[in-house]
Amino acid sequence: MNMIYMLIGISILLALIFLAAFFWASKSGQHDDTYTPGLRILFDDEVKPSNKKSDEDHT
Amino acid sequence: MLQIKELQLDTVCFHCGEALPAFPLLRDNRKFCCVGCVGVYSILHEHNLSDYYVYNDVPGQTQKSKGLNFDYLNEPEIAAGLVDYQDDQITIITLYIPAIHCSSCIWLLETLHKINPAITQSRVDFLKKQVYLTFKNQELSLKVLAETLVNIGYEPLISLQDVVKEQQKHSTDRSLITKIAVAGFCFGNTMLLYFPEYFGLSSFEQDFKTFFGWLNLAFAFPVVFYSGREYFSSAWVNLKNGVLNLDFPLALGIAVMFIRSIVEIVSNSGPGWVDTLCGLIFFLLVGKWMQQRTYHHLSFERDYRSYFPVAVTILEDGAERPIPLDQLKKGQRMLIRSNEIVPADAILLKGNAEVDFSFVTGESKPVQKVLGEIVYAGGRQLDGAIELEVIKAVSQSHLTKLWNNETFSIEKNTIMTFSATASRYFSIMLLAVALGSGLFWMFHAEPTRALASFSAVLIIACPCALALASPFTLAAVLSVFDKNKFYLKNTAVIEQLARIDTFVFDKTGTISNPEGSGFSFQGDISQEQLQWISDLSRNSGHPLSRELVKWLKLSERYPVNNYREMVGRGLSGLVQNHDIRIGNAAFTGINPGKQIAGSTVHVVIDEQYLGYFLFKQQWREGLKGLTLSLRKGSNLHLLSGDQDHDRMELLTIFPEGNQMHFKQSPQQKLDYIKSLQEKGQQVLMFGDGLNDAGALKQSDLGVAVTDNINNFTPGCEAILDGASFNKVPAFIQQAKDGVKVIHMSFAISLIYNIVGLSFAVQGLLSPLIAAILMPASTATIILFTSITTRLYARKNNLL
Repeated sequence: MNMIYMLIGISILLALIFLAAFFWASKSGQHDDTYTPGLRILFDDEVKPSNKKSDEDHT
Repeated sequence: MLQIKELQLDTVCFHCGEALPAFPLLRDNRKFCCVGCVGVYSILHEHNLSDYYVYNDVPGQTQKSKGLNFDYLNEPEIAAGLVDYQDDQITIITLYIPAIHCSSCIWLLETLHKINPAITQSRVDFLKKQVYLTFKNQELSLKVLAETLVNIGYEPLISLQDVVKEQQKHSTDRSLITKIAVAGFCFGNTMLLYFPEYFGLSSFEQDFKTFFGWLNLAFAFPVVFYSGREYFSSAWVNLKNGVLNLDFPLALGIAVMFIRSIVEIVSNSGPGWVDTLCGLIFFLLVGKWMQQRTYHHLSFERDYRSYFPVAVTILEDGAERPIPLDQLKKGQRMLIRSNEIVPADAILLKGNAEVDFSFVTGESKPVQKVLGEIVYAGGRQLDGAIELEVIKAVSQSHLTKLWNNETFSIEKNTIMTFSATASRYFSIMLLAVALGSGLFWMFHAEPTRALASFSAVLIIACPCALALASPFTLAAVLSVFDKNKFYLKNTAVIEQLARIDTFVFDKTGTISNPEGSGFSFQGDISQEQLQWISDLSRNSGHPLSRELVKWLKLSERYPVNNYREMVGRGLSGLVQNHDIRIGNAAFTGINPGKQIAGSTVHVVIDEQYLGYFLFKQQWREGLKGLTLSLRKGSNLHLLSGDQDHDRMELLTIFPEGNQMHFKQSPQQKLDYIKSLQEKGQQVLMFGDGLNDAGALKQSDLGVAVTDNINNFTPGCEAILDGASFNKVPAFIQQAKDGVKVIHMSFAISLIYNIVGLSFAVQGLLSPLIAAILMPASTATIILFTSITTRLYARKNNLL
């Protein structure tokens, strides 16, 4: 049963790491803008030579 | 489907989507409405950025030439006030760009380095409409950067007040988030660690009991001393001021729970109350966070400084030099170009002054000034450059003096909310019950039970659900309003809105619709003749001509020859070999006989008088219905800075003629509101311009009405989009219903409190009961408030 002490210790340590990760994310401003990054990933990396019209209408 | 879209695209400008004129400009087989749009297209095409048009159809904005001048950005002093960071190499700046509206905007603004490689980084915050730019300041000046943005159609709005303010807001927001994270983290962990206790531990597991207890206690410390610290300080401050608010029973409950947990765990006499404690603080902070939601892209605290330019051009020894506005001194000679704002009272020395004061005085017609006349600050010059001599510093000007009024120096009384009133009685009741039950058991000679019941009452009655009822209801109402384009400064405004019994309206721009104002033609005129007039007026910059062109909605067809404009009098020219003269009576050489109310444009074609256009204000949609429904049970007043030529028409909308006041100065408006308040009325003021700023500030609830929420609005408690103006009665009803919901949820949480108290006074409250009751009551309140608010919103046709 002594294993439990260690397991609880590890689980709390793990949780603390996640908490620290959250602090870091918050401090570096990752929660300031939760809207724009979602749009940003939709852009292609490079301009293609042939400007094909996209099928969907984003407007 | 694709074909239909192609067809549609063929009749509108490829860049901005406006209707094409009769002879559109062509470039690469694409049609454009104006030189500006072609310019933007060419720049983008040159830099291989045509993808801009792939992500959205017609993503651009119309490119009217605005003649902007960014010379002042070269002055190090001014630039230093705007940038976020600067060293020898790079500059970082945050710019507010109102034109940001679609994903193409994000894409283009984040690809700026292709247009100018000196821009090393650019990031867009879409909702705030801001772009964060990093650039090499050796290769690129701030001025050129601003001009680059203007050239691609994204004009930055530079004003000293907003940028600085935005930066301060960040740090406070984040600390609350961190506190919630800590509380949530401890809440989750303690809940898990309490499960064995609640489900029962077998005898050989008793060792864990102490271990879990100490662990839980360790979790309690950061929650109480970091996350919950504010409740203690707030309760203490309020107590010192003799105010009993909800923070007092909350702080008391937290303190008692914490101390009892320490005692029980250290003495190994019980499991303590740490999970309830952590949960309580977690939920309270979430409620607080809900209440603090703000609109980042809106500013409610603006004064004339954000309307006025950052800098002004002065003439010194014949040379032009931009200086910051606050350094402008009496006696200096300033140069105001077309479309710029006169920032200080000044005497006109040179040029044709035609100044539009509509925003500062409410007067809708532009004013002509002759040389030597005083031009008051705040007016916008319409016609060419003028030179003026400053006679008063900016802060002492006729208009800005208003801000020296004491109304602006005192903070508005904090709005008395229902929960503040109710919590005073609640706190007293709570203390009475706790002391009563403690004394009762003392009397029966059971001192341990007395202490147990006394502390249990304080724990269980800790008004978590009460504290959450207001923020959750009000946040739900706020989001309903927000969907209907009515933006409130904070949640307390809703309760204020429910109490309003007097409505004061401004006229120009508030109840009149600046977009939809219309003309009517008195006389006979053919469609062809209207086309000639439209083509002629298109050449003029006069507001009436522009309104006329907009109203006629005819695209350009014929060229105009011999065009002549007599400023402020009229236009003449040859269209299709017809001699056309439009303008005032003197210019067209006719005698209208009687004086006509409102602005008129007389028309003479080939020396024959055809009649006149009568310019009439158009009221906002639903104004009549609005006043009709508001009139029940409330007083309506009208304050206008304008002349009273609309009085007769307004009488049908505001039947109480004695409550309409015209030619009101900003100071008179403020005083009028004050006099209403002295009669004990709760006044709501609808206004739009700087001339209403004083009245908005003085009123119990100032609502700025605007057609574009990104435009300047004076300081106020709420911003209303003009399109939702007719929904005002529904908003007020919703606010009243919101207050009703708060009352109901108070009742519900009281029931929970009574159930808990019945255990507590008997000294029977176990940590398990508390651990169930507290989250259960919280969940009930959150569900109840958000569902009922939505139901009411549906009833009021707001959802």
